[in-house]
Amino acid sequence: MGERILELRGISKFFPGIRALERVDFDLEEGEIHALVGENGAGKSTLIKIITGVHQPDEGEIFWRGQRVTFPNPTVASRYQIAAVYQQPASFPHLTITENIFLSHPFVHPLSRRLRWREMHKRAQELLESLGAEIDPLNPVGALSAAQQQIVEIAKALSIHARILIMDEPTAALTRREAEELYRIMMKLKSQGTSIIFISHRFEDIYEVADRVTVLRDGKKVGTWMVRDIAEQDLIRAMVGREITQLFPKAQVTPGKELLRVEGLSRVGYFSNVSFTLHAGEILGMSGLVGSGRTEVAHALFGIAPADRGKIFVEGKEVTIRSPMDAIALGIGYLPEDRLQQGLFLPMSITDNITIAVLDELTRHGWLCPEREYEVATKMLELLQIKAPTVFHPVSSLSGGNQQKVVVAKLLAARLRILILDEPTHGVDVGAKAAIHQIMSDLAREGLGILMISSEMPEILGMSDRILVMCEGRVSGILTREEATQEKLMEMAVNIDRGRFRKTQEVVGAGHGI
Amino acid sequence: MALETVRVQRVRTSAFRWEWLLLVLIAGTFFVNSRISPHFLRYTSLMSALSVFLEAGFMVLSMVFILVAGDIDVSVASIVALASVLMSLSYKAGLPMGLAMLVALGVGTGCGYLNGLLISRIPNLSAIIVTLAGFSLYRGIAYILLGDRAVGGFPSWYSYLAWGDIGGTGIPFILVAFLACALVYGLVLHRTSFGRKVFAIGTNRIAAVFSGIPVARIRHTLFTLNGLMAGVAAIFLTSKLGSSRPNVATGYELEVIAIAVLGGASPSGGKGSIAGACLALVLMRLLRYGMGLRNVPGQVMMVIIGIVLICVVMFPNLLAARKRRPAGS
Repeated sequence: MGERILELRGISKFFPGIRALERVDFDLEEGEIHALVGENGAGKSTLIKIITGVHQPDEGEIFWRGQRVTFPNPTVASRYQIAAVYQQPASFPHLTITENIFLSHPFVHPLSRRLRWREMHKRAQELLESLGAEIDPLNPVGALSAAQQQIVEIAKALSIHARILIMDEPTAALTRREAEELYRIMMKLKSQGTSIIFISHRFEDIYEVADRVTVLRDGKKVGTWMVRDIAEQDLIRAMVGREITQLFPKAQVTPGKELLRVEGLSRVGYFSNVSFTLHAGEILGMSGLVGSGRTEVAHALFGIAPADRGKIFVEGKEVTIRSPMDAIALGIGYLPEDRLQQGLFLPMSITDNITIAVLDELTRHGWLCPEREYEVATKMLELLQIKAPTVFHPVSSLSGGNQQKVVVAKLLAARLRILILDEPTHGVDVGAKAAIHQIMSDLAREGLGILMISSEMPEILGMSDRILVMCEGRVSGILTREEATQEKLMEMAVNIDRGRFRKTQEVVGAGHGI
Repeated sequence: MALETVRVQRVRTSAFRWEWLLLVLIAGTFFVNSRISPHFLRYTSLMSALSVFLEAGFMVLSMVFILVAGDIDVSVASIVALASVLMSLSYKAGLPMGLAMLVALGVGTGCGYLNGLLISRIPNLSAIIVTLAGFSLYRGIAYILLGDRAVGGFPSWYSYLAWGDIGGTGIPFILVAFLACALVYGLVLHRTSFGRKVFAIGTNRIAAVFSGIPVARIRHTLFTLNGLMAGVAAIFLTSKLGSSRPNVATGYELEVIAIAVLGGASPSGGKGSIAGACLALVLMRLLRYGMGLRNVPGQVMMVIIGIVLICVVMFPNLLAARKRRPAGS
C-alpha cells in the first residue's frame, strides 16, 4: 500500500426527492482493495457512478493523486485510468471477446485507418493469459460463462491500463470456485499496484480479499475500517444501524384460515425449495438482499414466470398458475417492483389505469360504463390521496410518487384475497408511505393475506406478523415478529453461517451459470 | 361531479382534435373539388366516388385494431387474392355462390388465424416478419392455383354486392354494409372493455400482461379478425371486378395501413380511432376523385397523396414542437 491515488471529499448527490449521498468522504490508496458495503439504497452505486463519471456530484471535490479533477463523463474518467466492471457484464454478447475489449479504443492503422485485427487479437490473448484464462478471443462473449465474462470485463479494464478498478458485486453470479479464482486475480492485480474498489453483499468476499472497508447507510458514510480490525457482527451493526422510529400501524390480528400454502416451489437458476404459508389477516414479510430470489418467487406465484417444481395451494386446494389471468382468477394480485414498465399505461388516463384489471366487472350489458369507472377511480384517488387535477388526466402528467400510488390503486380496485406487494413503498414520500401502510393494515384486518417483499428493514420489522428471509434462492428462515431483529435478519440474509453458505452456494451458483 | 361533466371531460381528453383536423381537410377538398368541376357535386357520381375503394375499407377497420395494439399486418392484400381465387375455384367446382362466399370468409379467417398463432404464441416473432412471410406465401399460393388465368362468370345477383344500390335511392349497398360494419367496430373499440384492453396492450404490453389481460389471446383474435375482413374485402372486390385473378388487390396492404395512420392510428400502438379511419378513407377518396376530374395522371396522384400523408401525420408533431418552444425559453 502506498500513495493515495483517489480521494473524494464531501460528496453530495441529490436526485428529485431523494438525497442519494450526503457529504461522503472516501479515499483509495495505491495497490489497495477497498470494499464498499451497505444496505440496498445506501448510496453505493451512486458513489461508484460519481467516480466513473456517470453522475456528477452536486457538492464536493475529487482529487486524483493530490490534484483536483472533475469527471464530466466516463470517457474523461477512463483517461485517469479508472475503469468499472459492472454486475451484468457482456454489453455486446454477439461480438467477439476482442471486439468487446477494444470497442472504445481499437488499434487503427495510422494511415489507412484500417482496423488492425491481428494485433488486437494478440493483445487480447495476452491480457486473458495474464489473468490466467485460456479462452480464444475470437469467441463471442455471449457463449462464455458468467465467470469468464467477468474476466473479459477485467481484461477490458486492463486494456486501458486501468490503475483504479471498480467492481460492482463481481461475485454475485459466480460459484464458490469461480469466486476464489476471481480473488486470486484481484490479489495479483493488487500486487501489480492496481487499486480496486468493490461492492459486495458477501462478507466472505470482504474478509477474503479486502484491506479496508467503508460502510454507507442512507447516503451517509458510517465509517472506514481496516478489515482485520472489525468483526462481522460490528460490520452488520454498522450497516443496519438505525433505530426504528417510524410508527407502523400493523394491528395485531389473530391469523385466520390458511389462504396460501407453497410447498417446495423451485425454478431452476432462480430459487429452490421455497415453502411457506400465508393466513387471512396476516402480513408475511419477505426479506433478503436484491437478487436473493424474492421477486422471482412472486413472479412464480403470479404466473409471470411459473415455477418448474413444487405445489401451490389456495385455501387448501391445489392450483396451477400458468399466467397472471390464472392468478387473478384465484384472487392473487401482484404489485410489480418496476412500476413504470410493468404497472402503468402512461399516456392513458388515471381512470383507465385504475380500472383496467377490473374492467369486466364495471361494464353494463357488456358496454363500458364511464360513471362506474369514475366512481371507482375517484374513491381510490381520495383513499390514497393521489394528487391529480382530475381522474381523466393521463398518468404521465403526475409526479413519480403519485404515479406509484396509481399502481397501488389499480391493485386495490381489483378486490383480491391475496396480495403480493413488491417493495410497496419504494420511492414514495413519507406521507404516502404512511397511507400505504395504513391501507395494508386495514386490508389485513378485512381478512386479506399480504405477502410483502421489502428491502427496508424498518418496514419489514414494523409491518410483518412473520418474516421470511431469503438468501441465494433459498428460504434461510421464518421468524415471528417477536423473534426478529435487524441483526438477525441481516445475518440470515447474508448467511453468515459459513458451513451452510458454502453448500448452498455451489448449488445456486451453478444454476446462475446457465 | 355530475354525469354530464364526466362525459365532457372524457371528450376533452380524448384525441378528438384529430378528427376535427380531418373534417377540415375534407371540407377543404370538397370546396376545391366543387370549384374545379361542375360534375363533382352530382349525387350519383359522388356516391360512386365514395364507394370506389370501399371494399378495402373493411380491412381498414380491423387494421385500426391491429395498429392500436401495437402490431402491423402487411399480408392482408395477399389474403384477399387467395380468398378471391379459392372462392372462384370452388364456385367453378360446382359449389353454390353463397357457399363459395363462405369459402372466401373461411380462407381469410384461416390465414389470419395462422398469422396470429405464430405472432402471439411464439416469443420474439414480430408481426412485421410473420405477415411479410404471409404477404409472399398467400399470394404465391394464389398464383400456383390459377397461374395467369382469370376465373369469372358468377351469377348475375353477385355483382349487386359491389354495384347495386338500396332500392333505387342511389345509396350503394356496399356503403351501407361498410357503415354498419364501421359502427360495430367503432363501438367495440371505443365502448367495450375488449377495446380498452386493445389500447392497453398497445400502450404497454408488459404492463398489460401484469394487469392480467390475456395479451396473447387478444392479439391472436385481432389477426384472425383482420383475416376475416380480408375475406369480406375479397367478396366485394371480386364482385366489383367480375372475375378473380391472383394479382388482385396488389398494394392494398400499404394503402390500408396508410389510411388507418391518416385516421390517427399510430404504428407504435395505443392510438387510433374508427371515426378517424372512416374520415381518412373519405378524404383519400375525395382527393383522388378531385384529381381524377382534373385528369391528373396517376403517377402525379401518387406523389400528391404521399405528400398529403406526410404533412397530415406530421401535423401533431409540429403542434407539439410549437407548444414546447415557449416552455423551453
